[in-house]
Amino acid sequence: MTKSYAGRDASTGSIDDLHGDVAVDEVELAEELLGAADATASDDVAAYALRLGDDALILAQQLGWWISRAPELEEDVALGNIALDLLGHARSLLHYAGTASGRTEDGLAYWRDEPEFRSAWLFEQPNGDFAHTIARQLFAALYFEALYSRLRDSADETLTAIAAKAVKEVAYHVDHAEQWMLRLALGTDESRRRITVAIADLWPYLDELFRDDELIERLDAAPEGAIAARPSALREPVMDAVAGILSACELDAPTVPFAAGGGREGRHSSYLGYLLAEMQVLARKHPGASW
Amino acid sequence: MSGRCGTANRTADRTANRTAAWAIAAQVVDPEIPVLTIEDLGVLRSVEEDGDRVRVELTPTYSGCPAIDAMRDDVRAALQGAGYREVDVRMVLSPAWSTDWMSDAGKAKLREFGIAPPNARAGDSRTEGRTALRMAVKCPRCHSLDTRELARFGSTSCKALYVCDACLEPFDFFKVL
Repeated sequence: MTKSYAGRDASTGSIDDLHGDVAVDEVELAEELLGAADATASDDVAAYALRLGDDALILAQQLGWWISRAPELEEDVALGNIALDLLGHARSLLHYAGTASGRTEDGLAYWRDEPEFRSAWLFEQPNGDFAHTIARQLFAALYFEALYSRLRDSADETLTAIAAKAVKEVAYHVDHAEQWMLRLALGTDESRRRITVAIADLWPYLDELFRDDELIERLDAAPEGAIAARPSALREPVMDAVAGILSACELDAPTVPFAAGGGREGRHSSYLGYLLAEMQVLARKHPGASW
Repeated sequence: MSGRCGTANRTADRTANRTAAWAIAAQVVDPEIPVLTIEDLGVLRSVEEDGDRVRVELTPTYSGCPAIDAMRDDVRAALQGAGYREVDVRMVLSPAWSTDWMSDAGKAKLREFGIAPPNARAGDSRTEGRTALRMAVKCPRCHSLDTRELARFGSTSCKALYVCDACLEPFDFFKVL
C-alpha cells in the first residue's frame, strides 16, 4: 500500500515552511481511479491528458456552484450529477497525466497556479444567469461527445478506456442541455431573450476548442497511430449539432468574433484565477486535510 | 467469517478452490443500494487468489461515482477479515461498465426494493448506433406502465426520478447506460 500525503507532491517543495507549525497528518489516500492500472504516459500524452482533464475539472467546479441555487430541486440534482461525472473524467485524466511526472491527481488539481492550467476559455466562463450555464453546457457537452467518441479510436489504451466510459455519460449531458435549450428558447419572452444573449456571449469561445497545435501534430504522427482526437476534426460534428439545436430552438447563429483564447498555452481569461482561489484554498491552507 | 481468521484455518484455506475469495468479495453490497451486491451490479470484475494474497478488480458504474470508494474499502476489509494478508483492490475502466452487466437476480432485487431496474439493453453504441429506444418504465409498486420521467438525474448518478400516474407514487429508475 503506498502512503502519500493529500494535496502534496514532490514538485511543490516544502509546504510546512509556509504554514509554520501546522501538522500534516499522514493519511492513506484512496487509490486513484485509473484507466489501465499501471500505464505511464509519455510527456506528450501527459500534456494532452492534462488539457482534457483541466477542461473537465474546471467545468465540474463551475457546475458545483449551482447546487442549492438552481431554478428547481431537480436541477440542483441534475447539475450536481453532471459535475460529478465530469469530476470522474478529470480524476482519471489527471491521474494519467501525473504518471509522466510523478504528480498525483490532487497535486495537479490543487497545487498548480493559473498559467499551469491548460483548460480552454469556454469552461472558465462564469455561470452567469441560468441561461449562460445552459449555453455553456450545450457547447461543452456537444464538444465532449464528439471528442470522446473519436478518442475511443486512440492508439493510447488508457485514453480509449477513459473515453469509452465518458462518452456514454456525456450523452446524458447533451440531452439535458438540449432539453433546457428548447424550454428556454421556446418558453417565455424573457427566457428566450436570456438564452439568445447567453448563446451570443458564449459563442466566441467555441473556436478555441477546434485549434490544432504542435502537440496535436506530434501525437497525430505517433508511430503507434494517432493518439489525440484532432481538435480541427471536431469542428464539423460539433458545429453541425449546434446548428441543429439552434434551428429547433428557432434561433440564429450569432455573428460575433471569436475570442483569442490561449488556454492550451496557459493564457487565461480573468475568471480562472478566482475560480482556482476558491477551489484550492482548503487544500493549500490545510495540507493533508481529509473529511 | 471469523472462522477464517486464525492461522490454523489458513492451511485449510490454501487448498480451497479459487472461488473462496470471490465468494467473500461478492458479498459486499453497494452502499447506496444495499440490496445489490457488487456481483449483482457487475462491478466485481475479477478475483485472483494466490495463497494469502488476493487481487481484486472493480469497475466503477459512473466515472465519478463516489460509492466505488466505499466498495473498495469494504472489499478490502472483508478479505482481510477472512484472513487474507495481502489484499490488492484495483480499479479498471475497460471495458466500460454497462447496465447490461447487471444480473437478472440483481434486477429482481431492485424491483422488490422499489427501484425500477434498467429496462433495455444498452448495447454497444459503436456498432449499434445511438438508438434512443425509450420503453415505458414499469412502476415497481403497482406495475403500471402509466409512468413518466420527472427528472433525468436522480438521487445518485445511476438513477432517474419517475412518478407513477396510476398509484401516484414517485420512484427511482436505474437508467440504462
